[in-house]
Amino acid sequence: MKIIVAIKQVPARDSILKPATDAKWISDSDLNFEINEPDAFALEEALQLKEKHGGEVVALCLGPARAQQTIREALAKGADRALHIEEENLVGLDTLGAARLLAKAIEPEQADLVLTGLQSDDLGYGQTGVVVAELLGYPHSTIIMQVEKKDGSIRVKRELEDGWFQFIEMPLPAVLTIQSGINRLRYATLMGIKKARTKEIKRLTASGLGVEGAATALIGQVYVPQKSKQTQILQGPAREVAAKLAEKLKFEVRVI
Amino acid sequence: MSGVLVIMEHKAGVWNRMSWEALAAGQQIGEALGETCSAAVAGHGIAALAQELATKKLDKVFAVEDELLGVYTPDGFAAALEILIRRTNPELVLFPHTYQVRDFAPKLSTRFEQVLASDVIRVRLENEKPVFVRLLFQGKLNGDMITTGPGPHFASIQAGAYRAEGVQQGSGTIETFSPLLSPSMIRTKPEAPFRESARAVDLTAAEIIVSIGRGIKEKENIPIVEELAKVLGGELAASRPICDNGWLPMERQVGSSGQTVAPKMYLAIGISGAIQHLVGMKGAKSIVAINKDANAPIFEIADIGVVGDLFEVVPALVEEIRKLKS
Repeated sequence: MKIIVAIKQVPARDSILKPATDAKWISDSDLNFEINEPDAFALEEALQLKEKHGGEVVALCLGPARAQQTIREALAKGADRALHIEEENLVGLDTLGAARLLAKAIEPEQADLVLTGLQSDDLGYGQTGVVVAELLGYPHSTIIMQVEKKDGSIRVKRELEDGWFQFIEMPLPAVLTIQSGINRLRYATLMGIKKARTKEIKRLTASGLGVEGAATALIGQVYVPQKSKQTQILQGPAREVAAKLAEKLKFEVRVI
Repeated sequence: MSGVLVIMEHKAGVWNRMSWEALAAGQQIGEALGETCSAAVAGHGIAALAQELATKKLDKVFAVEDELLGVYTPDGFAAALEILIRRTNPELVLFPHTYQVRDFAPKLSTRFEQVLASDVIRVRLENEKPVFVRLLFQGKLNGDMITTGPGPHFASIQAGAYRAEGVQQGSGTIETFSPLLSPSMIRTKPEAPFRESARAVDLTAAEIIVSIGRGIKEKENIPIVEELAKVLGGELAASRPICDNGWLPMERQVGSSGQTVAPKMYLAIGISGAIQHLVGMKGAKSIVAINKDANAPIFEIADIGVVGDLFEVVPALVEEIRKLKS
């Protein structure tokens, strides 16, 4: 089974974020970056499917030059090779523009399965996978918690709200968006890291892929949310804070 | 191209409550734009649902009726709603931001070469054009999204962003139409929904919930918080990553994929407050948060916030509560 996994590089989870001076995006020059967490689960699922059924795992990443670090990590974990659509100005792309680039890169690969995380931790639109499926003309399913390969098709477990699930079968090729927690993530081994250095990262560009067209949906302004609630903030030595909080729990919240 | 169209969601004839919130949003935005608001419901055997919708202040109520819409599939819903939207030509199409909408609405908007403004918390008008306010970075920042071009524009409304009670009563004219889908258009074969196991823990009945998130760091640290839950007489709960790791059973998960709770007090410990978690607990009467990151979104909705190290504050708090109790 040939599987393409679309991964995104996002600011590390514990980053302190500030809007950029022009407020079009965040100021990201001092930040650390890492793989978008749901994409890490998609990658792991692809690696496990390959281990079970054979085939190839290709990591696909749309991002600036610094995304190469994240791509190398995917190769170190076990992806066979990678496609890097190098684009410095991600902010100028909308979901449709990004999905068009991804779809163009995926199309000639003739993969059986395309996996990606259900949403990104930065923009959080939660729709790139679905849009890619529509552009490719593949069936899709979202928020997937289990993947079972059958003959020419797959059966997947889709998460519904409020603790409900549903199995869905569909023909291949197909696109799935993977939910965090579907599997246990592996660490790259030393051998894997060594091997990754020799694995191929093919560079692609928007003009090379023949994708153009202006974005129609962009973030006009990024800002710190205004508080809607009056929060009493307690700060100081743990013991003092704990005593104050216990008082409040007794006399204000009335739960003691 | 004019008017607002709200796509309502139901399961087997029972409305999803978020549909009413989206409808309230649609009515308000329509009014602000000086345009009409209509609503649509898709399915099989939906006459009663359409009649109920027709008691709301709406221009038209579209009953999109087809046997092949009886069970949800992204292919069926996208195809049927594409036909409806091409026929009615709305300027803005609104959805509730449900798991089902996340599954088909991006596909539908792509067919119009538009990007869905997903998970919108507020719609405001600027120069008579809608601006969609969204959360970025799991709620750490907000972003104003602007969609240009002729439309139709598509947006899904976050749970709780508008009030269902805000829906205006009135009347609307029902129009039934069948999109005439054929079985060959539908590629996915869904099976019946199921629940993993009967829930042994009903968090919705708990008066006090003490909940843990990533900040707990390791499974071995859970007893520190368990002790606090015990001394308060509360139930232990968690955000998704904790249950994903198998540190607590799934049935103790609060959030969009877990339980929705409204206790007297929700004590969030080491929980940053991603929106998927907040939708499951923001109805609590009092929210108390302990987190080392002063910028964590959980403090946005907390009544009392402690900025500090949970491994120091929680044991001290247990001691203080014991003192007050004795």
